[in-house]
Amino acid sequence: MIRRIERDRSRFRDIVRGRIKSDLRKFVSQGEMFGRKGKDLISIPLPGIELPHFRFGDNKKQGVGQGEGEPGDGGEGKAGDQPGEHILEVEVPLAELAEILGEELRLPRIQPKGRSELVAPVGRYIGIRRTGPESLRHAKRTLKAALRRQIVAGAFDPEDPCLIPIRGDRHYRSWKVKNAPENSAVVVYMMDVSGSMGKEQKEVVRVEAFWINTWLRSQYKSLQIRYIVHDAAAREVDENTFFHLRESGGTKISSAYELCARLMQEKFPSSSWNVYPFHFSDGDNWSGRDTERCVELLEQTILPHCNVFCYGQVRSAYGSGQFKKDLDAKFPKDERVITSEIPDRDGILKSIQDFLGKGK
Amino acid sequence: MNLTPDLERARQEIEKHARAYGLDFFPTIFELVDHDELNEVASFGGFPTRYPHWRFGMEFDRLQKGYRYGLSKIYELVINNDPCYAYLMKSNSLVDQKLVISHVYGHCDFFKNNVYFAHTDRRMVDRMANHGTIIRKLMERHGVPEVETFLDRCLALDNLIDPHASALRRRADAKTDEDAAEEGPGRMRAKGYMDRHVNPARFLADQKKKQVEQKKKTERLPYPTRDVLRFLLEHAPLKRWQAEVLSLVREEAYYFAPQAQTKIMNEGWASYWHSMMMTRRVLKDSEVIDFADHHSGTLATSPGRLNPYKLGIELFRDIEERWNKGRFGKEWEECDHLDTRRRFDKKLGLGRDRIFEVRRLYCDVTFIDTFLNQDFCDAQKLYVYKTNPRTGRQEIASRDHRLVKEQLLFGLSNSGQPRIHVVDGNFGNRGELCLAHQFEGLEIDMRLATETMKHLEVLWGRPVHIETKLDGKGVLVTCAKGEVSTKELAPSGETDRKEDPTTH
Repeated sequence: MIRRIERDRSRFRDIVRGRIKSDLRKFVSQGEMFGRKGKDLISIPLPGIELPHFRFGDNKKQGVGQGEGEPGDGGEGKAGDQPGEHILEVEVPLAELAEILGEELRLPRIQPKGRSELVAPVGRYIGIRRTGPESLRHAKRTLKAALRRQIVAGAFDPEDPCLIPIRGDRHYRSWKVKNAPENSAVVVYMMDVSGSMGKEQKEVVRVEAFWINTWLRSQYKSLQIRYIVHDAAAREVDENTFFHLRESGGTKISSAYELCARLMQEKFPSSSWNVYPFHFSDGDNWSGRDTERCVELLEQTILPHCNVFCYGQVRSAYGSGQFKKDLDAKFPKDERVITSEIPDRDGILKSIQDFLGKGK
Repeated sequence: MNLTPDLERARQEIEKHARAYGLDFFPTIFELVDHDELNEVASFGGFPTRYPHWRFGMEFDRLQKGYRYGLSKIYELVINNDPCYAYLMKSNSLVDQKLVISHVYGHCDFFKNNVYFAHTDRRMVDRMANHGTIIRKLMERHGVPEVETFLDRCLALDNLIDPHASALRRRADAKTDEDAAEEGPGRMRAKGYMDRHVNPARFLADQKKKQVEQKKKTERLPYPTRDVLRFLLEHAPLKRWQAEVLSLVREEAYYFAPQAQTKIMNEGWASYWHSMMMTRRVLKDSEVIDFADHHSGTLATSPGRLNPYKLGIELFRDIEERWNKGRFGKEWEECDHLDTRRRFDKKLGLGRDRIFEVRRLYCDVTFIDTFLNQDFCDAQKLYVYKTNPRTGRQEIASRDHRLVKEQLLFGLSNSGQPRIHVVDGNFGNRGELCLAHQFEGLEIDMRLATETMKHLEVLWGRPVHIETKLDGKGVLVTCAKGEVSTKELAPSGETDRKEDPTTH
């Protein structure tokens, strides 16, 4: 039976969802929407959900307390016998956030590219055994067996119910191995960290990456993320470094593509991975020759092995924006290459739609 | 009831003790539930059959989160009804259950006997279920969003009631004899056979019509009232179903009001009895430590915090002791010899009677006002804290019982809600509604007030105003067409309102 509260709860969730959806643009462009972020949950402060009332503000400066101390002694921390003002923080599962994003941007579900033949063994707890580790003991069945045995033996007194399972009563959960189709994906983020990419540009990339991850995570069972930064040379870094590193110097995009191609070959062969390389830069490159080298790398090693290659060009005061034009010119009809221009924070949603709207 | 044999035995024993101590309660039905069910019932305010509304779902989410993270756990839940319903959490130990059961009997006795609960509907469980049916039917007929939005508006105003309304008659509800006599036009005196010539029927009818019209024109503006919801019910342009919704929201608000008025007393009374029964009658030797642990947790105080359980139980105990020893009246008040005071004991033994009387007649405000004295403040180490404007820290300002009392009463009066009343239903002769907030030193939260006024405007159908004080100046906040604006008031208008005799 569905419990009565579930209806009110789902109505409340609908309201929260509706609110997030209508404010999505604001959330995305602000970037600082989040309270705490957990593994699967994110908490979003939503003012104005609770019913308003006429009530006193938080301008109360005194109250009554109880305890030791002389007049003039400080109370510990913030004390009060009145609740302060608080803004409701709702916890939203990341999966739901992805769903909202998908609905709002009309993102199609991704078809993992023809890999249903790819299977992996999956263990599921669906059986019962008489032996097993104590950590998997099935308490209910064990006690039932004990009860049955005690009743049969006449050792059970309903007035003083007491069950003592013996060895033979014990039941344990056990697992069976099944083969299930697997689809896992990897996102390789590449970012230009040369002097022309400022703090603001990185913030744009950070927000965009969060939403891309959220969406892809909802589409794939397991998602791995790798980060590459480059100026004149490229290297792989962790997430924190990726978003906060400040380098200067020239820009050689091909260095990043080389590293990416190597990573794909060595660790993420397209036979078992859906690969998503994303590249963000302000559009400057060292030279036309290097751009040619990039195109060559793309054509020969990256494109044949990835689902789609995405290039996001963040507008900056210093960037020329030439690289996007070059890519567009080289791959005018190629569906495997998606380029998008991100003028500012408000452009983030649009470019997410560009990248993920093809359903690849 | 679905208690286990163990619990049922404990319950019967405790009920017997409670009756023997003189507690007088409705039959009490205990339900054993798990934490999900308990949180569900708690988020419905204790009634499993409330009308559908998202705020219950929100509350449930909050409770579940608190429980999951181990931040909060509801031990006991009891609702004022005949029979009383109480819920016990399955996972609690037997000692805890015994404590909760005896605590619950304390609450039940309080519900039944305290005068502030006298007006509450003792069939509220049924009533709530009816409300649920009404709202669901309305939702079927008018659509969920329509009814829900209207419900939201009503609920935003549900603290604008007059908690004392049940005990007062501020307005003539029934027509007095005078009114009845005034009805109908005056007749000339005439003998029976001449009557139809002296007082012709047509003339009388005409006169009556005129009178009614005249009355309509000169009808006094509705009285200032603190029962804003009632005022809206009578004067706002509501459709029938809307009036029905508003009236049931109001009814529930009145049902819940006494619980806010007697929080300290109610918890104090229940704690007094659980500790009395547990320690003297119920506990086995092996259970003492667990009981003490839980009991001290319930009554724990921390600096800068006031625990209503603790304040209530200590005050009841203090009253009992004072009336047992005769420490009241002229002789006691005038005794200033320290040693005599310490040994003062007239062996009156009136304490138990006195606390039963107190639980019948008092609410938190009168309870604190009457019985909190300097001796009690010293014994309980009560103090008033203030924020030091220089350091921004909160500091102990005083341990004088008068200040402590003043501060406590300030927080308790009107259950900690701003006093707001209707002053004019035809403001500026434009059919607009004007409310006034009786300023007592605390400003109302303008962000929330703004939202509330938007709801109020929709209900009233015309612009609405509220007089209040911001930054020490009298202001008139106006909400017209969803736009809220603030205008400073001339100081004279302010003082007029203060002398309004109906605002007490």
